[in-house]
Amino acid sequence: MTNLTQAQVRERIEKRLASRHRKEKLFRGLGIASIAFGVLAVVILFSDIISKGSGAFMQTAIQLEIHYDAQVLDIDKVDDESLAWANFSGVIRQALRERFPSVTSRGEKRELYTLVSSGAPFTLRDRLADDPELLGKSEKVWFAADDDVDTFVKSLKDSKEGFRGRTSEQKAGWIEQLLDSGELKKRFNTTFFTNGDSREPEQAGIRAALMGSLFTLLVTLALSFPIGVAAAIYLEEYAPKNRWTDLIEVNINNLAAVPSIVFGLLGLAIFINFFELPRSAPLVGGLVLTLMTLPTIIISSRAALKAVPPSIREAAMGMGASRMQVVFHHVLPLAMPGMLTGAIIGMAQALGETAPLLMIGMVAFIVDVPAGVTDPATVLPVQIFLWADSPERAFVERTSAAIMVLLSVLIVMNASAVLLRKKLERRW
Amino acid sequence: MQTPTLFALLLLLILVAYGTGFSRALSAARSLGGLRNLASLPSYYGIFAALWCGLPALILLGAWLIFDDAIIRAMVLNSVADKPETISGQNLLYAQIQNLAAGHMLGEATPRLQEAADHLSQLRSSSNNMQAFMSLILAVGLGAFALLRFSPQLRAREKVEKVLRAILIACACAAIFTTVGILFSVLFESLRFFQSVPVTEFLFGLHWSPQMALRADQVGSSGAFGAVPLFTGTLMVSAIAMFVAVPIGLMAAIYLAEYASKRVRAVAKPILEILAGVPTVVYGFFAALTVAPFIRDLATSVGLEASSESALAAGLVMGIMIIPFVSSLSDDVINAVPQSLRDGALGLGSTHSETVRKVVIPAALPGIVGGVLLAVSRAIGETMIVVMAAGLAANLTANPLESVTTVTVQIVTLLVGDQEFDSPKTLAAFALGLMLFVTTLVLNFIALHVVKKYREQYD
Repeated sequence: MTNLTQAQVRERIEKRLASRHRKEKLFRGLGIASIAFGVLAVVILFSDIISKGSGAFMQTAIQLEIHYDAQVLDIDKVDDESLAWANFSGVIRQALRERFPSVTSRGEKRELYTLVSSGAPFTLRDRLADDPELLGKSEKVWFAADDDVDTFVKSLKDSKEGFRGRTSEQKAGWIEQLLDSGELKKRFNTTFFTNGDSREPEQAGIRAALMGSLFTLLVTLALSFPIGVAAAIYLEEYAPKNRWTDLIEVNINNLAAVPSIVFGLLGLAIFINFFELPRSAPLVGGLVLTLMTLPTIIISSRAALKAVPPSIREAAMGMGASRMQVVFHHVLPLAMPGMLTGAIIGMAQALGETAPLLMIGMVAFIVDVPAGVTDPATVLPVQIFLWADSPERAFVERTSAAIMVLLSVLIVMNASAVLLRKKLERRW
Repeated sequence: MQTPTLFALLLLLILVAYGTGFSRALSAARSLGGLRNLASLPSYYGIFAALWCGLPALILLGAWLIFDDAIIRAMVLNSVADKPETISGQNLLYAQIQNLAAGHMLGEATPRLQEAADHLSQLRSSSNNMQAFMSLILAVGLGAFALLRFSPQLRAREKVEKVLRAILIACACAAIFTTVGILFSVLFESLRFFQSVPVTEFLFGLHWSPQMALRADQVGSSGAFGAVPLFTGTLMVSAIAMFVAVPIGLMAAIYLAEYASKRVRAVAKPILEILAGVPTVVYGFFAALTVAPFIRDLATSVGLEASSESALAAGLVMGIMIIPFVSSLSDDVINAVPQSLRDGALGLGSTHSETVRKVVIPAALPGIVGGVLLAVSRAIGETMIVVMAAGLAANLTANPLESVTTVTVQIVTLLVGDQEFDSPKTLAAFALGLMLFVTTLVLNFIALHVVKKYREQYD
C-alpha cells in the first residue's frame, strides 16, 4: 500500500466504486422484483378467479310454451298427492316436441329432451302448486337449461364455434334457433344463491354451505370469544410469573402454529369417537374451529389489554376498587375494540378453514339447508373443495363463483376489522 | 322434560335467585341505615345466590348430557343375552335396537331385540326424568342454602371473585387441555397402529399402499405402510415452497424496511398481506386448475414429461402463500435492528446494500432463521393445496415434475368417508398425524426460542 501514490489509490477506489454501485442497483432491483412478484401473484390469482367465475352469476334459460294438460299430467285435481305423482316431464317433453315439430326419431327426441335441466319438472310443480287454476291452461315458462347447453352458450362469446363437449351438431342447431328467436337467454342466476348442493351444475347453489358456515361460525364465536378473553385477562392481569404460567404461554404459542389438520384429528378422535357427537354437524365443526382460533384470540386480546395504560388501573385501585372491579369495570371496556378486532380476524381465519372440517365429516354430499347446529351441513370452503373435484365443466365456473363469494365475505370482515381499529382504538 | 325447557327453567331459577339475593341485601341495608353497613354491594349478594343456584346444577346437567348415552348403551348391551364379541358387532346391534326404539325398524323384530328396545326407551325416559329432577333439586336447594346464609356481614364480593377467578384460570388452561387432547388422541390411536405395524417398517419402509383386505385370501391382501415416500414427498413440496418463499419474502421485507418510501410501503405491504388472508382451498383450486396445466404445457413444449399433478405446481403455489409469512416476520426483525448499527456502517463509507448485506442481515439472522423455521412448519402442515394439486400415488422420486404425495394428503384420503376405527388403514392416519404434530412442535419450539432470544438481545 505504501508504495502507491495518492492518484493510484484514487483510481483503484473509483474503479471499484462503479462495480459497487452496480451491485447496489442490482440489490435494489431484486427487492423491487420481489415485491412486483408478490403483487403480480395477487393480480393473477384474482383475475383468474374472476374471469373463471363471473359467468356463473348468469344462467342460461329456455322459454317454453307449456300446456298444463290434465291428461298428460295424469291428474284430475290439484292437491299434494296428485302433485307428487303428476307427470310434469311429460308436459315439458310435449312442449319441446311442439317447439321442434321436425324432430321425429326416438334418438333425436331423447337428445331434444336434454335441452332443459332435469330439475325442470320441479319448477312446473311449484308453479302449479302456487296457482292450481293453471290446470288445463297454457303459459310461457322459463326453465333452467341443462349445464351442457349453458356451457356451450357461454363459450359462444369467446369463439364462433364455442365449446361443444357433449353437445352434438344438431343440438347446437336447435340452441342457435332458440337464441335467434329470443327463447333462450342468459338470466341472473338466483338458483346459485337459493339452492343447496346438487349433482347437476345448473341446480347447484351455495345456500346450504353458506348457512352451514354461518352456524359453524356462530358456535365458534360463542365459545372462542368468551374463553379467549377470559384466558387473556387471567394471563395478563392475574397470573403470577411462574412455571405454570410459562407452560400455558408456551402452549398457546405452539398451538398457534400447529397445522390445522391436527385439530381435525383431535375433533375426530375426541368429539366424534369419544363423546359421540353427530358427524358433519356445525356443532362439532364449531368446537374444532374454536380450539384452532383460540390462540389467535388470546394473543390479540392480550395485546389489547397490554395497550391499556397502567395509570387507569392505578386510578381505579386508588379509588378502592377490587382487582376484579378494576379489570371488569375499567380495563376491559377500554380494551374491547382491540379484542373485537382480534375476534373478527380469528373468525375470518375460521371461515376460510377447510382441512379440519374434512376430518369430521363435513365433506358429505348435503342437499338440504341446515336448520340448526346439529343438522348435517357443509361449509363454503368445503363446498368449493367438493365442486373443484367435480368433472363437469360447468362446475369450474360455479367453484370460482363460490370462491368469489367467500373472498368477498372475507374482505368485508377484514375491512371491518381495520375500520373498527381505526375508529375505536384509542391511543394513549 | 326436554333439555331446552330444562335450561330455560334453570335460567329462570338463576334470575330469581339473583333478584332475591339483591332485594334481600337492599332491604337489609335499608333497615340498618344505608349501603355502607353491608360487607359488599347488593349486586354481589345477588350474584352470590345466582352462582350457588346455577353453577352446580349446570355442571351436573352438562356431565349428564355427555355421559348418559354411553351409560345407557352399556346397560342395554349388558341386558342382551348373547351379545357379539367384536366392537363393530356391538355397534350394529345397538344401532338396530336404537332404530327399533325409534320405530324405524323394517320387517319383523325378534323378541330379544324388542325387549332390548323397550329397555332402552324405558332407560331413556327415566334418565330424562332423573336429569330434570336432580338438576332442579340441586338448583333450588343450593339457591335456598345461599339465601339462608345471607347476613349483612357476609363477604359476598370476595366469594364471587374467587369463583370468577377460578373460571378465568380454567379458561386459561384451555390451551393446555387442547395440547393434551391432541397428544392423547393421536398417541392412543398411533399405539394401536404400531401394534399391527412395527414402528421400523412405518419409519423406514419404502412402500406405501394402505389397502386392507376384505378377505384373507385376497390378492395383495396385506397393506404396506412404509411412510418414506410420504416423507420425501412432503420434503420436496416444502423445499420447493421455501425455495420460492424465502428469497422473495426476504428481499421484499428488506426493500420495504430499508428502501421503500412511506407511500410505497403503505400500498405494497397490505397487498402482500392479502396473500396471507386468502383461504388455502382457493390456492388449491388455483394450483390445480391454472398453475398445474400451465406447468405441464410448459414442460411439454420444452420436451419434458410432466404429470398433470406435479409437485412443482403445489410447491410453487404454496411458496406464494408463504411469501407474506416470511416477509412480515423478517420485516419485524429487520426493523428491530438498532439504527446505530446502520449509521455506523454508512459512516464508514459502505453503500446501502453493503450495509444491509454485511451488517443488518447478520444482526437480524437469528430472527430470520426463526421466521423461516416457522414457515417450514407451516409448509409441512399445509393440507388443502397438496390435497388438490399434488397426487395420491406414493412415488419415491426426486423429479419435481412427477406427482408425489404428502403426509397431509394421506391423512385426508385415509380419513374422509366412512371408516371403522379398528383397521390399520384409519389408524395409520393417526400415526402420520403424530409424526406431523411432533415435527411441527419441535420446529415451532426451536423457532420461538430463537426469536425470543433474539428479541431480548436488542431490547
